Amino acid sequence: MTEMLTLALIFLVAGVIMVPIASRLGLGSVLGYLIAGILLSPLLSVANVDVVEVQHFAEFGVVMMLFLVGLELEPRVLWQMRYQLVGLGGLQVLGTGAAIAGIAVMFGQPWNVAIAIGAVLSLSSTAIVLKTLTEKGLLRSRGGQSSFSVLLTQDIAVIPMLAFLPFLAMPELAGLAETGAEHGAGHGEEAGTAMLGGIEAWIAERSGWERAGLTIGAIASVILVGSYLTRPVFGFIAKARLQELFTATALTIVVGIAVLMTMVGLSPALGTFLAGVVLANSEYRHELEADLEPFRGLLLGLFFITVGAGINFPLLWDTLGTVLALTLGLVLVKGAVLYLLAVIFQLRGTDRWLFTLSLAQAGEFGFVLLSFATANAIMPRGVADQLLLIVALSMLVTPLLFIIFDRAVAPRFSSAQEREPDEIDADGPIIIAGHGRFGGVVNRILTSAGYKTVVLDNNISHLEMLRAFGFRVFYGDPTRPDLLHAAGIENARLLVVAIDDPHQTTELVRYVSDAHPHVHVTARAQDRNHVYELWAAGCRDIIRDTFDSAVRTGRSALEALGYHPFDAERQVKDFVARDQHALRRMADLYDPETPSYKNDAYVARARELMKEQDEAMQQDSPDYTDWIGRAWVPPSPADQKSDAEAADEAERKAS
Amino acid sequence: MAKLILYYAHPGQRFSRVNHAMTDAVREIEGITRVDLYADYPRYDINVEHEQERLIDHDVIVWQFPLFWYSVPALLKDWMDLVLEPGFAYGDGGDKLEGKRVMLAISTGGPEESYCKDGYNNFDLRTLLAPLEQTARLCKMEFLPPYVFYGAVGADGEARVADHAASYRQLIEALRDDRFDPQDIEVLTSKVFTGQEAAE
Repeated sequence: MTEMLTLALIFLVAGVIMVPIASRLGLGSVLGYLIAGILLSPLLSVANVDVVEVQHFAEFGVVMMLFLVGLELEPRVLWQMRYQLVGLGGLQVLGTGAAIAGIAVMFGQPWNVAIAIGAVLSLSSTAIVLKTLTEKGLLRSRGGQSSFSVLLTQDIAVIPMLAFLPFLAMPELAGLAETGAEHGAGHGEEAGTAMLGGIEAWIAERSGWERAGLTIGAIASVILVGSYLTRPVFGFIAKARLQELFTATALTIVVGIAVLMTMVGLSPALGTFLAGVVLANSEYRHELEADLEPFRGLLLGLFFITVGAGINFPLLWDTLGTVLALTLGLVLVKGAVLYLLAVIFQLRGTDRWLFTLSLAQAGEFGFVLLSFATANAIMPRGVADQLLLIVALSMLVTPLLFIIFDRAVAPRFSSAQEREPDEIDADGPIIIAGHGRFGGVVNRILTSAGYKTVVLDNNISHLEMLRAFGFRVFYGDPTRPDLLHAAGIENARLLVVAIDDPHQTTELVRYVSDAHPHVHVTARAQDRNHVYELWAAGCRDIIRDTFDSAVRTGRSALEALGYHPFDAERQVKDFVARDQHALRRMADLYDPETPSYKNDAYVARARELMKEQDEAMQQDSPDYTDWIGRAWVPPSPADQKSDAEAADEAERKAS
Repeated sequence: MAKLILYYAHPGQRFSRVNHAMTDAVREIEGITRVDLYADYPRYDINVEHEQERLIDHDVIVWQFPLFWYSVPALLKDWMDLVLEPGFAYGDGGDKLEGKRVMLAISTGGPEESYCKDGYNNFDLRTLLAPLEQTARLCKMEFLPPYVFYGAVGADGEARVADHAASYRQLIEALRDDRFDPQDIEVLTSKVFTGQEAAE
């Protein structure tokens, strides 16, 4: 127990120290983890830690990542991107894979190892590239979008690769491969493994047809359970109102699928990706994302650390020249294929270079495939170790490639770029927090104007009612930053805060104004004091939730008393203007620490302003008639006299 | 009997004297439709379909308003912009108003003598009203001479206000009963109208 905690402590400390430093240096978190791992490797070897064992556990982070990738991909969006994915992405994977495999054959590798090498190196680093493109705001450019399509294709391509690589296995290596190293399934307790082994043995005894049936059955059950069972299950859990239950359920889903897939001999990554796509349309999508995100981040971080720690330094020093040359060669070959594709797919200017430079490295899935390949006796360990070095080094080079792009490429094209129309839809999401009687109206107005909204509400009875009426609302507490993140607050254009609780509203406004100042926040205030709190919290678009309806009620009352409707309209407009004036004049006296009725200066000015207003509203007051009728009172006889005189004057001058 | 619709457009009704008297005078007339535009649409949310149906249902349209900057008050202008659509009032297939009669009933702040080449308004009233006249013509409607009260400024309490209102009532009734013949009248005032009535 203590041993495990010590190990966890070492990994955590290394990550906590190195990742911020790497981020500060502009190297990105992935490199931070890798460097932390490299620095840890002597310590770990002294402590006799089995890095590979830890790495197998950490690979579960990749399974989780694919689940989250699936969650982001509604089947419809996937379908819309089909040409980019199959064309651009497919050609990149096949082209790069073939080119590298060809070179590997020239270097004297057997054909099956060469194909495995091609597969491993054709992939790029989703983690590094997506993160960097987002940070630099390039994801919405054509080049960024093309890069994203390719990365997505690669992520999906990992699944068939994992399925087909075992067919390349070399019989002479089989004896050397570690047995039972199931990719990514995680290594459970002894009892669990025994049970799993028993089931696997039972499956292995079945005939080919029966096994195929079981496999299809497993996939079908993932789809069916995802489509039909998650909703009632989550609804049931939501009623308990316990956040950790959601997290537990989300983990149950992912781990459960991974175990199921392992039992029938399929890739757990494929299973969870599928489950993710199935759940992409669910209203619990953002909740799931927010719950699993920390696990994915931690496990992937651990994975990168183990990769860094697993670098074979003696081998690196022995073959430094070769490894460096091969890394450079890899970047050049990948870059060449990407440039060619960019030309074929008519990317121009900066977009072409962004596409070429951003994807020219190997990626984290390369590590997964490499450990998978050695475990399945596809590749000799020596080759895999050297490839591991190349993959890691090429990832280290990525920040440099982005620096080249920033310094050398972007300035040259900056003027040309402006002339190119931006074809990519730059719309960020519009988030509505709370879909009760208030947010619901806002949502209907926005959707009827053709906007797509992301609505978050954590009232399960609201949700059930809204679903009956065909509204699409996501379950989740909108005041949670991780949930806002899952809903896309980073590139959101607008956040409408329509939740009931004024304190939660203020907290949410404060968080978003601080963390995401570019987001326009429209907030619902409970009363005058709440307006001041929201203003202090950074909101500049504040609507008092009952004020407008009260004003309309007042107007209705005036009309009922025989006021001409247009006069009633003018009267309440005047009232609103005066009220806003008062709101501003009271603002500096408002003290959040003192209840307003105990704040003497505040009370005094409020009374004074109310008196002013009452006097002004008396119809016989000259002030009032001036304002209300000013525009439509005819000129006086004196006005006319002066008009006539002015005209005469002008005529005299003219003649 | 012609079907007559009377649109009254005055944003400051409680300050009005002449228009107030005129509205009072026609309140009891039977068989006409009266519309207070600023009461129907205090927030300018004009119901175009409803207005177009009303226009189709009537033969004579009267627009009663105080002359603001040689034109109609804002809401009446908005009403024209929205209701007199192409395909309805003009343009391809825009014949729904064809043959209807239009009359303006307006009050001006300036005295009669200011509406001439030598007056401080520099133009005669018909010239200044040309945009409205042409609006009616483009809609294939007959533009009747405007019924005008000059010099509403300071006219409060004068006998001519009462005369104007009384003539207005008779004029509306004459229009309703198809008895009004404009002949060659440029500008119709209470005096002209009374003279014409007397001549018949």
